[in-house]
Amino acid sequence: MMGREFQAIYVMWLRQMKRFVRAKSRIVASIVQPLFFLFILGSGFRVATFEGVSGDYLHFLAPGIITMAIMFSSMFTGVSVLWDKQFGFLQEVLVAPIKRTSIILGRTLGGATTALLQGFIILIISIALGVRIPDIFGFILMLIMMVLISFTAVGFGLIIATKMNDFQGFQIIMNLIIMPLFFLSSAFFPISESLPAWLKAISFANPLFYMVDGMRGSLTGANNVFPPLVDFLVVFFVCIVMMSLGSYFFSKSEA
Amino acid sequence: MDIITTIDLTKKFNDFTAVDHISFSIKKGEIFGFLGPNGAGKTTTIKMLTTLLYPTEGSATLSDFDIIKERDDVRQKIGVVFQEPALDTELTGKENLDFHARMYGLSKDKRKNRINDVLQLVDLVEKKDVLVKNYSGGMKRRLEIARGLMHYPTVLFLDEPTLGLDSQTRRAIWEYIKKMNKEEDTTIFLTTHYMDEADYLCDRVGIIDKGKILVIDTIQNLKNSVGNDVITLSCSELDKFTKRLEKEDWIKNIKRHDLHLTLGVEKGEEKIPAIFEIAHKLKIKIKSISVRKPTLDDVFLHFTGRTMRDFEPESPMKEMAKFYNRRR
Repeated sequence: MMGREFQAIYVMWLRQMKRFVRAKSRIVASIVQPLFFLFILGSGFRVATFEGVSGDYLHFLAPGIITMAIMFSSMFTGVSVLWDKQFGFLQEVLVAPIKRTSIILGRTLGGATTALLQGFIILIISIALGVRIPDIFGFILMLIMMVLISFTAVGFGLIIATKMNDFQGFQIIMNLIIMPLFFLSSAFFPISESLPAWLKAISFANPLFYMVDGMRGSLTGANNVFPPLVDFLVVFFVCIVMMSLGSYFFSKSEA
Repeated sequence: MDIITTIDLTKKFNDFTAVDHISFSIKKGEIFGFLGPNGAGKTTTIKMLTTLLYPTEGSATLSDFDIIKERDDVRQKIGVVFQEPALDTELTGKENLDFHARMYGLSKDKRKNRINDVLQLVDLVEKKDVLVKNYSGGMKRRLEIARGLMHYPTVLFLDEPTLGLDSQTRRAIWEYIKKMNKEEDTTIFLTTHYMDEADYLCDRVGIIDKGKILVIDTIQNLKNSVGNDVITLSCSELDKFTKRLEKEDWIKNIKRHDLHLTLGVEKGEEKIPAIFEIAHKLKIKIKSISVRKPTLDDVFLHFTGRTMRDFEPESPMKEMAKFYNRRR
């Protein structure tokens, strides 16, 4: 019995890998887009001074861009359930004698693998651009954070996919919710003391803030607002909530 | 032994009742068919029984497992070939089969053998490494049927299994369905709107129309209920003639259509003189008359008041639309 569940998780993962490798244009786009952010924003804002940013702006920006790459890629994996729904393949998956949790786990692991690959590519480029890793424990914590961020985003994507019937809804959510939350996550500019109080309030209530802050704290050990472990706990909690909700909605969904 | 039993199974989509309190049972080992036009509720019933839709009302068991409360157990027992394509078009044919085999826990050796077997059956061996998005509509259909047969299910659901296939492939698939049924003792539940398919394959047939089951019986009994022979005739003054014939007790049943009458009788050849005699007395002219063995068409007509052909003006368009959608 367990063997079958593992087999199913594996083949769900394998399918995502195959699809990922075959979608060459998607790979290119998903790597090039964050690099644009890194280079263009990084070069443009380098000359500006931000309250709360010490050192090179590029080092401040890099953790945010890595987070963004992982988030978007993972969310796409979650939402791509919609694709399967429209192409009918979801029925094939849902009718199989496999626990819903295994289906979700397979999909999440597949999404996490591709997202982490993309994250690592950005990370390596950042290191090549001069981002330094101060200590190994921070680095390990960052790896764990990357996995958690990916799982959270897949969970969120699943919620969208089960609640929406077309891609227009996904676009609206991306533009009206995710993008603003990203701007308020401290990925591009620090949430410093002199910002308006309401902006700070939203930022501190924004789960993405703790992701970016945690990545920054654990990767570079500088410019973070909270200790990385605090960020980690918040992100861990958010991850559990998102994955549970995503699994719940998915298991209740009809094909 | 009954392998599927439903009690008042109902599915509503907002105000529209797709399946309306249907109760029936399917015996272990039989080939059972739902015969009905497009939109009769066949697919919705299958989706409920395969745990893909929640019933609005009523309940059902499959292999003694409740389809609402014991969904995982139900899924263990079933195989499904959906009406709409359910393939991953970014994978090759073989990869789609491999995906399925692993989802159903087939061992490595079994996977390999079985994939080859079913590919051979549907004649796709040469195309197995081609991405499914480059398959034609018919090839996709064949691949899906191959996939549904792969894991030796206890009950195999086939939703319009040969829709859009050429007659040669249809024959091959029919033979294989029969073989599966006999050799593996697989119970088969299929839906179709092809009379010949139901006639050739099914032990028992349920006629379904507008979400309701009108009748369930063996094909022979259904045909007998129409009469041993069917006489079709056209004449002047249809109404008058119908009224008169209704008084004859040797006519088992009588149906008036737009331009003709059908009569269910015993020993049809011997009844023709009697019919002429009655017509002669009423001074009614018989334009044409024929006797034949009843077909499922007659049965369908008898119970629904329509022939399947009455639905056809819209169905070719629907099929075209389906193919168009499939290609996208």
